[in-house]
Amino acid sequence: MTAGPLVAGPLEVRDATIGYGRVAISEGLSVNIPEGEFTVILGPNACGKSTLLKALARMLKPSAGSVLLDGKDIHSQPTRAVARRLGLLPQSPIAPDGITVADLVARGRYPHQGILKQWSAEDERVVAEAMAATDISELASRGVDELSGGQRQRVWIAMVLAQQTPLLLLDEPTTFLDITHQIEVLDLCAKLHHEGRTLVAVLHDLNQAARYATHLIAMRAGEVVAEGAPADIVTAETVKQVFDLPCRIIDDPESGTPLVIPSARARDLV
Amino acid sequence: MSTAQSAREQAPELDAPRDGGSAPPSRTGRRILGLLVLVALMAALAILSVAVGSRAMDLGQVWEGLTDAGSESYPVVTELRLPRTVLGLAAGAALGLAGALMQAMTRNPLADPGLLGVNTGAAAAVVTASFFIGSFGFAQTIVFAFIGAAAASVAVYLIAGAAGATPARLALAGAAVTAAGYAYVSAVQLMDAATLDQMRFWSVGSLVNAHVAPMLPVVLLIGIAAVGGVLLARPLNALALGDATATGLGVDPRVLRVAGIVAITVLAGTATAVCGPIVFVGLVVPHVVRAFTGPDQNWVLPYSMLSGAVFLIAADVLGRVIARPAEVQVGIVCAVAGGPFFLYLVSRRKVARL
Repeated sequence: MTAGPLVAGPLEVRDATIGYGRVAISEGLSVNIPEGEFTVILGPNACGKSTLLKALARMLKPSAGSVLLDGKDIHSQPTRAVARRLGLLPQSPIAPDGITVADLVARGRYPHQGILKQWSAEDERVVAEAMAATDISELASRGVDELSGGQRQRVWIAMVLAQQTPLLLLDEPTTFLDITHQIEVLDLCAKLHHEGRTLVAVLHDLNQAARYATHLIAMRAGEVVAEGAPADIVTAETVKQVFDLPCRIIDDPESGTPLVIPSARARDLV
Repeated sequence: MSTAQSAREQAPELDAPRDGGSAPPSRTGRRILGLLVLVALMAALAILSVAVGSRAMDLGQVWEGLTDAGSESYPVVTELRLPRTVLGLAAGAALGLAGALMQAMTRNPLADPGLLGVNTGAAAAVVTASFFIGSFGFAQTIVFAFIGAAAASVAVYLIAGAAGATPARLALAGAAVTAAGYAYVSAVQLMDAATLDQMRFWSVGSLVNAHVAPMLPVVLLIGIAAVGGVLLARPLNALALGDATATGLGVDPRVLRVAGIVAITVLAGTATAVCGPIVFVGLVVPHVVRAFTGPDQNWVLPYSMLSGAVFLIAADVLGRVIARPAEVQVGIVCAVAGGPFFLYLVSRRKVARL
């Protein structure tokens, strides 16, 4: 996709307390999302990684501190204007019964439409490009509920692409997919990153994160433990510190990125 | 996503029978044609509604009644049947649209405006007023009913957590308020036979007294709320993808829910105040409509509005014909005709999995 200026404004969390109701998951959290990078947020269950992503996506409002987009508080900006800068693929989006692929992708155009500005040729073109980029053009008139999990995830990514935002946030985009479809989705993410977008994703698989991310944020108990390029921070020490998992790190023979090999401790204990 | 597996297993058998394979433009054409058919049907039924009654008229007499102040049919047409027809159409449109809005807003196919407490709120207000004031006219009934409907939906919204309201909490709060409201209404009616009498016709849903209703305010209220409601189509399309996705697309679900509840309350509250609680229109009509239009609210909302008007006025005409010279209340006809149809629809849709 060539449409739209793909320049990401800086997105950052500054000294924020984030949580649900009165339960704070993170306190005094500061995170900077580097421009033009594929950032992956990592950490054990309940470490606050999805909470951080929700705060970045303005789904959660910090009870203290702030989330800044282009240097301004994200909650003080009109939500439709934010939606033209920042796209979000949540963990479990809902496909309405009977909706077709093309209709679902078209809903990504919402922030670009208005009461008087009806469906345009531009909208049509962007939707076609988004479907081509995710390789789902031939599924356009199919019902979303007929598709496989992998196809469906590509449809959702196409919908977010139709939003034409320089920034993409993806909350566990590979969960519930088999390994082939996980790689397919991550390859697609890498392609979108190469085209100039800034990506932020929450992933569970350490090795996939190390292979695809250009910037890692490792979290534990609501705090950022380590941050940086995978080659620098994926070490046996950090993995132990973040996941409590003794391991060895070797070079991935395919990509040269760090590969985490958990120690055989569990078997020794039996 | 959790249903991905089952969807994949079902995919082969679903491939063949779907008509979704046809090009999108033909679907749009079909939907525009459908709108025209509905408008034509509505016009025909409106004429029929003016012509049919304890004294039947032919088309010539209907025309005279509408245009010639000196004619024999003029008083019947302008004072009784025209107001009844106009209010029937307005109330039907309001209920159809309110039902579609309610289902879209809660993402719950079983939701209807009654789930917002509109019906019980109206009934509770009418029995309360009747208990304290004694008997009063139909115009006052409308005012009390409207106030009660509005108060109940505000109560449901607040109990559901106001800005924190989720579809599930709205449904639960609505069910709780409805249950409590019904208990209250029954209790008052048991204590005081006069209120039971006052409530009898109103509570089954009837257009008999429509000619006493303040026509202009009713039509105006419904008209304004209908325009507002239809304008919610696009954000509702975003909300259909889940609250999180909607937020990502630039829709604030909390703001949208407040706007939706206001529109539904005015639409259903006005309709309920005028003709009593008629439940099946708001529940069934959007279902039939979605089976034809698909899930796009830009079509579902206007279609539900027109279909609601057609359904209610058809039921009212039928009610005036089947037991002549007596009348069967429109609420009863709707329930008797709507119930089995709804069952048929549910069983058929299960097979087609539309």
